[in-house]
Amino acid sequence: MGLAILLMVLDQRGLGVQQLRTALSMPLSLLENVVSWPVQLIDKLGDTVSTHDALVKENLDLKSQQLLLKAQVQRLLAIESENNQLKALLRSSTEVRGKVLIAKLLAVDTEPFVNQVVLDRGSLDAVYIGQPVLDANGVMGKIIQVGPTTSRVLLVNDTRSGIPVQNTRNSVRAIAVGDSFSGKLRLVNVTQTVDIKAGDILVTSGLGENYPAGYPVGQVESVASDPGMQFETIVVQPSAHLDRSRQVLLVWSNQKTPENHAQVAPK
Amino acid sequence: MNQESYHWLVVPTSFIVAMLLMLLPMPEWTVWLRPTWVLLVLIYWAMTIPYRVNVGTAWIVGIFLDVLTGTLLGEHALAMTIVTYFVVRMHAQLRMYSLIQQGLWVFLFVMGYQFILFCIQGFIGSLPNSWLYWSSSLTSMLLWPWVFSIMRDYRRRFKVA
Repeated sequence: MGLAILLMVLDQRGLGVQQLRTALSMPLSLLENVVSWPVQLIDKLGDTVSTHDALVKENLDLKSQQLLLKAQVQRLLAIESENNQLKALLRSSTEVRGKVLIAKLLAVDTEPFVNQVVLDRGSLDAVYIGQPVLDANGVMGKIIQVGPTTSRVLLVNDTRSGIPVQNTRNSVRAIAVGDSFSGKLRLVNVTQTVDIKAGDILVTSGLGENYPAGYPVGQVESVASDPGMQFETIVVQPSAHLDRSRQVLLVWSNQKTPENHAQVAPK
Repeated sequence: MNQESYHWLVVPTSFIVAMLLMLLPMPEWTVWLRPTWVLLVLIYWAMTIPYRVNVGTAWIVGIFLDVLTGTLLGEHALAMTIVTYFVVRMHAQLRMYSLIQQGLWVFLFVMGYQFILFCIQGFIGSLPNSWLYWSSSLTSMLLWPWVFSIMRDYRRRFKVA
């Protein structure tokens, strides 16, 4: 019993239990695969028996969507190159996109009060602890536990999660921590004089080195300032669909790639 | 273990099945209703063969469950250890009770287990955001007669004593 309490304290402080967790998760990731296997099978069956018409229709939809996205990307490319030129002029570091891998959520239920999900990629795909995870709409969380074929994501709305963010309107920086009770985020330690309004879009600021800069985190939902309090109460609605996304992106940020380290080292 | 006709894998297998049930994806509305399968199996074994499955087993199973559900390491271990202690102490009485009486005791055990988890979640500042959290002790109680019968058949089939 004492050992259990000791372990809990160590785990909460983040001391040395990581290895134990990883070691234990190796046999257990097999269970996770076994459980999600029937669901994946049903998905596959659904794919095989879907009718020709439905596929043609979906194909057309996707093509038109792709066209739209391509048009937008063209515009973005122009902007990005211009941006890079300007940054080169300013002699700041240029933005290079990191490597990306698509992962699927395993159909595994965890305790409903734990804000975590399990992915079908693990250390065999070079997933590492602390790696950022995105979905189509924004930042979803980061990896906290890696097994050989599965990994566990701590969602941004968990109390143990914190992201350095930046306001797109005026580049004000803050830290967004999770609030599991409401399933949203809060900005902490923002004084009354700072200019943040409801409706502002927050993106990752790239400070803290875990999350790459510039990905959307959420939208400010409400700002309440109480004269008796030192800091404002700011609630942020996360832009990632934390409870609906099935496919997510794993990102290898530039700092972590070995080439980059080699380039940085000689200087 | 050599002169007995029982395989050492029988008990672990039941725990693995219980853990699979714990992970099995269910419809959205049943999220809070999921019975605490692993604890039910643990209570059954601690009640029938307390000299084999006891507080130590509870601790190990709890640690595995912690890793599996991503909770604080040791959280389920602590709760299961405490509950199993009481089950082992009362095992002679529990065996004598009718299924309904047993069910009521199981309700209390699961409630205590959930209370411990609730306290720990409170300490780390992420409480469950719904009162439905407590409903899983009710479903555990309602399912107890079936769990008990299935586990008894399973035990007799593999002659665990």
